Amino acid sequence: MNYSLITLEVLAVLMGLIVLLADLWVSPTARKALGLGLAAALGCLLAFAVGSLAPQSGSAFADMFVVDDLARYFKGFFLFAALAVVLMAVDFAPKFGAGLSEFFALTVFALVGMLFAASANDLVLLFVSLELITVTFYVLNSFQRTQLASLEAGVKYLILGGVSSAFMVFGIALIFGTANSTNLGVLAAKQKELAHSALFLMGLLLVLVGLGFKISAVPFQMWAPDVYQGSPAPATAFLAVGSKAAGFVLLIRLLVGAVPQITAEWHRLFVVMSGATILFGSLCAIPQRNLKRLMGYSSIANAGYLLLGIVAGSAAGSTAVLYYLGGYTLTVLAAFTVISAIANFVESDDISALSGLGQRSPFLAACLTMAIVSLAGIPPMAGFFGKLLLFKSVLDVAPGHPELYALIAVAVVGVVISLYYYFSVIRAIYWGGQSANLSIIPVALSTRIVLVACVAGMLVLGIFPQGLVKIADHAVAGLSHKVAPASAKPAH
Amino acid sequence: MDSLTSVILTPVFTAVLLLLIPGNFRVVLRLAAILGSACTAWTAVSFFSRFHAGQEGLQFESLVPWVTVGPLNLAYHVGADGLNIGLILVTGLVGFAAVLVSWNIERHVKLFYVLLMSMIAGAMGAFASLDLFFFYFFNELALVPTFIMIGVWGRGEDRNWAAFKITLYLTLGALTALVGLIAFYVAAGANSLDVIVLKAHLAAHPLSVSAQTWIFPLVVFGFAILVGLFPFHSWAPVGYAAAPTATAMMHAGILKKAGLYAILRMAVPLMPDGAHRWLPVVAVLAVGNLLHCAWVALRQKDMNLLIGNSSLAHMGFAFLGIASLTVIGVTGTVLVMVAHALLAGLSFALSGYLETQTGTVDMTRMGGLLRKMPFYGSALVMGFMASCGLPGFANFAGEATVLFGSWKSLPWLVIIAAWSGLIIGAVAMLRALRAVLQGPEKPEFSRVADLGYWRRLPFVMLLSAMVLFGVAPGILTSRIEPAAKAVLAAHLTPSQAHQAPAVPAAPAASAPGHSGH
Repeated sequence: MNYSLITLEVLAVLMGLIVLLADLWVSPTARKALGLGLAAALGCLLAFAVGSLAPQSGSAFADMFVVDDLARYFKGFFLFAALAVVLMAVDFAPKFGAGLSEFFALTVFALVGMLFAASANDLVLLFVSLELITVTFYVLNSFQRTQLASLEAGVKYLILGGVSSAFMVFGIALIFGTANSTNLGVLAAKQKELAHSALFLMGLLLVLVGLGFKISAVPFQMWAPDVYQGSPAPATAFLAVGSKAAGFVLLIRLLVGAVPQITAEWHRLFVVMSGATILFGSLCAIPQRNLKRLMGYSSIANAGYLLLGIVAGSAAGSTAVLYYLGGYTLTVLAAFTVISAIANFVESDDISALSGLGQRSPFLAACLTMAIVSLAGIPPMAGFFGKLLLFKSVLDVAPGHPELYALIAVAVVGVVISLYYYFSVIRAIYWGGQSANLSIIPVALSTRIVLVACVAGMLVLGIFPQGLVKIADHAVAGLSHKVAPASAKPAH
Repeated sequence: MDSLTSVILTPVFTAVLLLLIPGNFRVVLRLAAILGSACTAWTAVSFFSRFHAGQEGLQFESLVPWVTVGPLNLAYHVGADGLNIGLILVTGLVGFAAVLVSWNIERHVKLFYVLLMSMIAGAMGAFASLDLFFFYFFNELALVPTFIMIGVWGRGEDRNWAAFKITLYLTLGALTALVGLIAFYVAAGANSLDVIVLKAHLAAHPLSVSAQTWIFPLVVFGFAILVGLFPFHSWAPVGYAAAPTATAMMHAGILKKAGLYAILRMAVPLMPDGAHRWLPVVAVLAVGNLLHCAWVALRQKDMNLLIGNSSLAHMGFAFLGIASLTVIGVTGTVLVMVAHALLAGLSFALSGYLETQTGTVDMTRMGGLLRKMPFYGSALVMGFMASCGLPGFANFAGEATVLFGSWKSLPWLVIIAAWSGLIIGAVAMLRALRAVLQGPEKPEFSRVADLGYWRRLPFVMLLSAMVLFGVAPGILTSRIEPAAKAVLAAHLTPSQAHQAPAVPAAPAASAPGHSGH
C-alpha cells in the first residue's frame, strides 16, 4: 500500500491541528499573524502540490483513493482557494468578534475534505469527504454568531445539507446492494449489466441528488442565495469555489468516468437540468439588491453553464468544465476578496453601497469590475474562453439532437440576461447614486497580493489559455469518455 | 516590424503607460493619450500608404499559433487586404480625432483615456484579424469601455437606460454570431477559424447547403445587430445620444463597421449558398434602414439623434451593396464603410463641440450660429452636405458605387434607396443646418466661441480625408477591388470576375465652404 499518496492530506490535517493548538498560546492580538503563518504554510503546500515533488500517480487503500492528473488539477485550485480565503479572513477578522483561529482551522479541515474529494474513487470516500466539507461549512456559515442572517444561513445549510446527505446515503446503499461494490472502477466495469437494474439507477439518481445539492443545480438550489447572503464573506467565497468544484470533480468521476453509458442515456435529464439551472439563476438574479445574494444566484447560473460540459459528455466537455472551473475560482475569489475587504468600511452588502467605490478605491473598483466582466464572459477575461469551450463542446455533439440547440439558445439568453445584472454592479461602482462617504478605503498588503494574483490569473488564462487547456486536457484523458450516441460523428 | 501587430500594440502600450501615470496629472495624461493615438494614426497611415494597390492576397501578415489542443486550433493571424486596409486607416484617424476632442474631459481623466485606448486597440485588432476567434475577441474588448463611458461621462437623464440598451443589444448580436461561428467551426471541420485556412478547406470540401442555410443567418443577423440593421437598430441613436463625444465617434464611426467587415470577410465568401438564400432578406431590411431611419431622422430635434438615425440610414447603403453580390456593389460597400467612418466621426465631434458651447443639442433652441462660429459653421455645412451625398465627398463616391452595383440585381430597391437616401436624407440635413446656423442670433448664445486654431486639427483632418477620397476614390477602389473579387470568388462566373468596377467620376473641388481649411 502506498501511503505516501496522502501526504498532502496528512500535512493539511496537521496544519489544522497545529493552528487549533497554537490558539492556546497565541495572544488574541497575534491571531492575525497566525493566519498569515497558516497562509504561508498553505502556500508551501501549494508549491509542493503543483511541483515535481508531488505524489506520483497511483491508488491506495483498496483503490478507494486515487492520485491522477484530474485529482492534482483540482487539488491545486483547492489549495489556492484555501490560501486566498485565509488571507481574506485575516482582513475580515474585526467582523468575526472571537474565534478567528477556529475559523482558520475549520477552513483547513474543509480543505482536507476537498482534497479527499478530488481523489475519491469510491462512493464511501466520496460520501465521507463531502460530509467533512458540509459539516465544517455548517459552522463556517454561521460564524458571525451575533448576526441573525449568519445563523439562519448555517441552519438552512444544515437542514438542507442533512436531507441531501440522507438521499445520498440511501442512493449509495442501493448501489452497493445491486452492484456489490461501491468502487467506481468496479461500477465502470459492470455498468452494462447494471444499466438494466432499476434499483441501481434509482440509487444513482439519489446520489445525483446529493451532488446536485453541492453544485446548487436546479431543483436543489434553494439554499444557495440565503446561505451566500448570510454567511461571512470568506466562508461564502470558499463555499462558492471549493464546494462547487468538489461537487463537479465528483460528478465528472461518477458520470463521465464510471458510468458514461448511463449518463449518455440520461442525456435529456442533464439537458433539462442545465437549461433550468441557467434560466433560474439568471432570471432570479435580476431583481437582487444584495451583492452576496446576487453572487448566490450567479453561482446557480454558473452551475448551469458547467453542466453544459457534462451534457456534452465528451472529452472536450470535461476539459471545458475543468478550464471553466479554473477561471471561475480566480474570478469568484477576486470578487469576494473585494467584498470582504470593503466589509469593514461599507455599511451593508447592498449593491448600492458600492456607489463611489470608483473614487474611494480605484484599485478595488478595477478588480471587482474585472471579476464581474469575467463572470459575464467577456474577453479578455478567463470567463470568456471558458464559456466558448463549453458552448463548443455542446455544439460538437449537437448535430441530430435538436434539444441541444435549444439548450444553446437558452444558454445564450442566460448570458444576455446575466449581463444586465452583472453590469448593474459595474454601474453601482462607477456612477450609481451619490455616496455621502467618499473616504479612501485602505487595502491591506495581503489583500492586494491576493487580488493581483487573481486578476493577473484571470487575464493570463483569458489571453493565453493554451497552458491551462492543455493541462485540463491531460487531466481528463484518463477518464473513459463514453461518447454520447449523438457524437458518433466522423472525426475531422 | 512590418506586421499589423504594431498598429494593435501601439494603443495597448499607450493604455498600459496611462495606467502607470498618477491620476491627478491630468495634462500629462492627456498629452500621453494624444501622443499614443497620434502614433497609432501615423502607423495606420504608413501601412495604408505602403500597401500595394491592385495586388491580390495579404500584406503585412503575421501568424502565431495560439491555442492548439486536440481538435481546437486557433491562431493569431493578422494581415491586410483591400477589405480592411482602409478601415485600419480610418480607425487610426478617427481614434486620434476622438482623443483630441476629449481635451475637456475633467472627471476620471485616467480611466477615460484608458478605456478610449482599449476601444481603439479593440477596433484595430478586429479589423486586422483574419482568425474569426480573434476578430470576436477584439471586437468584444470595446463592450465594457462603451458601457462605462456612457455611464460615467454620458449625457442626459436617460444615459443609464441607454447604456444598458446598447450593451444588451450588442451582446445579443455578438453571442448570436458567436454561436454561428462555433457551429460553422464544427460543421466546416477544418479545425480552424482562420478565414484563409477555411477558404482553402471549403474549396475542397464545401459546406452542405442545409448547414449554410441555418448557419448563415445566425452569423449575418448576429453581426447585423452590431451594425444596426433594421429592425434591430433602436439601440444606436439612443446609445450615441447618451454617449460622450469620443465614444459616439468611435462607436458610430468605427466599431459599427466591424459587423459589416465580418460579414464581408467570412459569411459571404465562405457560405455562398447561404448568401444567395438570405441576402435578399437583408436587402429588404436594408431598405428599412434607408426609409425608416431617414424618415425618423427628419423628425429629430436633438442633433445627436439626427446624426445617429442618419448614420443608420447610411448603413442601409452598405447592406445593399453586400446584398447585390457584385464586385461593384461590394467595392462600394467598403467605400461607404470608410467614408462613413470619417463622416460619423466628424458629425459627432461637431455636435459634441456645439454642446460644449451652447450647453444643449436641441436644434430648435439654436439659430444664427454661423456668424459667431464661421469655421465651425463651414465644417458643419461640409459634413452635413457630405451626408446628403454631395459629389466631391467620399460618401457620394461610395453610395453611387453601391447604387451602380445593385442596379442589375435589385433595381427597385435602388430606386427607393436613391430616393430616400438622397431626398429624405437631404431634407433632414438641410433643415438641421437651417435651424442651427441660419436665422436670427439668439441672445442666450451670445458667448459661444469658434474653435481655437489647434482645436481645428481633428475637423480639418477628417474633412480632408473625406474630400481626398471623394475627389480621388481610385486611391481606395484600386486597393479594394482585388479583395472584393476575392470575396465574391465563390459567387461569380469567371467572366464577371474581370469586370472592373466603375468609379463614378467625382467633380473635383465642388465642395462648398471649401475655404474652411
